[in-house]
Amino acid sequence: MIRAIELRKSYGNLAAVDGISFEVQRGEILGFLGPNGAGKSTTMRMLTGYIEPSSGQAMVAGFDLATEPKAAKRKIGYLPESAASYPAMTVLEYLHFCAELRGIVEPARQAAVQAAMEKTQLFSAANKTIATLSKGYRQRVGFAQALVHDPPVLILDEPTDGLDPNQKHEVRQLIRQMAQDKAILLSTHILEEAEAVCDRVLVIHRGRICASGTPAELLTRSSLYQAVEFRPLRPLSEAEQAQLKGLEGAKELVISEQPGLWRLLPQPGANLLSAVTRLLSELGQGPEEIYLLKGRMDEVFRNLTAQEAP
Amino acid sequence: MNEIKALYKKELVGYFHSPVAYVFMIIFLLSTVGTTFFLGKFFESNQASLERFFLFHPWLYLFLIPAVGMGLWAEERSQGTLELLFTLPISLPEAVVAKFMAAWSFVGLALALTFPMVLTVYYLGTPDPGVIAASYLGSFLMAGGYLAITSVTSALTRNQVIAFILSVILCFMLVLAGWGIFVELLNHFLPLWLTEGLSRFSFTTHFEAITKGVIDLRDLVFFFSLIFGGLAATTLVLEHKRGRD
Repeated sequence: MIRAIELRKSYGNLAAVDGISFEVQRGEILGFLGPNGAGKSTTMRMLTGYIEPSSGQAMVAGFDLATEPKAAKRKIGYLPESAASYPAMTVLEYLHFCAELRGIVEPARQAAVQAAMEKTQLFSAANKTIATLSKGYRQRVGFAQALVHDPPVLILDEPTDGLDPNQKHEVRQLIRQMAQDKAILLSTHILEEAEAVCDRVLVIHRGRICASGTPAELLTRSSLYQAVEFRPLRPLSEAEQAQLKGLEGAKELVISEQPGLWRLLPQPGANLLSAVTRLLSELGQGPEEIYLLKGRMDEVFRNLTAQEAP
Repeated sequence: MNEIKALYKKELVGYFHSPVAYVFMIIFLLSTVGTTFFLGKFFESNQASLERFFLFHPWLYLFLIPAVGMGLWAEERSQGTLELLFTLPISLPEAVVAKFMAAWSFVGLALALTFPMVLTVYYLGTPDPGVIAASYLGSFLMAGGYLAITSVTSALTRNQVIAFILSVILCFMLVLAGWGIFVELLNHFLPLWLTEGLSRFSFTTHFEAITKGVIDLRDLVFFFSLIFGGLAATTLVLEHKRGRD
């Protein structure tokens, strides 16, 4: 449904987006992950027709945004980063306006606006002026606007930015629900969000895709992937440490950030959990707690995007 | 077409959402009627004609029209809705036309509300209906010209005050270029062909011609090409600025 082919955007000598290609199918949620200024928003803006790419092609629902912008735009629901809307209008007027511009005629428009308000739980604010709404409600209005014409493609630029944890949860649930029959592209710099919501993640850095895969696949790149974290009953002696390090498949024994916890990092592909548990109980060291780590997204993210943007 | 209609409707209704619209209407009516009676000495002229009424329009519009149009694009940019508008299925020229037409209609409505002046002259005597109709048309077209200039300045900046001041300056130059007293002054040190050429680009020249009751094609062409040029320039400016905010 969404196709980016070698998208490039440069401002003078600076390439904000430097050759990005990907596809999003119906029923899929693709997440853009990357530091600020990586080119996430610029890519989204090219896919929504707000800015023209310097080169490359942006296709939505089979329409090329360069040659058939109107047809393509009718298929897109877009939530800009700012979630800006006309502050002087009421929610109801604003949604009617957006629906009308997208070619939904009465009486279908009435139903479309009601449906969008129901999905985003906006009924209580229907007749309020947008300027008087809280940040959370404004974000919902932005959402409702993107949904009102029931588009097959949703492009959401940081949909949970500035929301409180409850609202974030609601929004993520909403996105999940809608994913059933839509192609969704969302950007975020919140790592748990990418993990929780997306089927597939593209890590973007300096205008290029530097990694892609499911969140689980990305986590395997973490040095902590499959590491064993445990709390022995007593402090570990030198000899005990050496024994742990000597286990087959063990790579490194380190002290964790939390006091009293140790981490045994594995060689790639090794599973240490049962061996560590056995050894510790033989040594009479418990363990008091023991976990198998899944890897940490923030570490993967840092490794991939550590270099400062120029 | 439907997109233009939808945006036009939203914009026009939008004017009446803010108290500024009503303040504007009141100031418009007070100033146009006020100048007629106090500066124009309407009663002393002893004529059942609206000449004194239209006489001041180029000067009043200098401030009134930029006030209406300064927000056209500057506001969209400052509140970030330009991105939204560009991603809705409406083309840029369509959006420029729709917003301009809405603002122009709003001014037209204010102008139409001066109808008691017409009733007054009909009560006082027998005015020439042709001259009155032509003058109203001329005034409306002139407002469109001012508004097209304001549309450009509004696209140039996200600050409405700057847009206002720029439009006032530009419109002022176009008024001056054809204003009798100023043109005579220029004649002292500029060749005649140049001052005459300049005055052809003036609001005053073309507006005065129409208010005499003669609708000359040249005057219509002047106003319409000014409007067209202004809207084309607005489109170009916005196209250039898009995505750079």
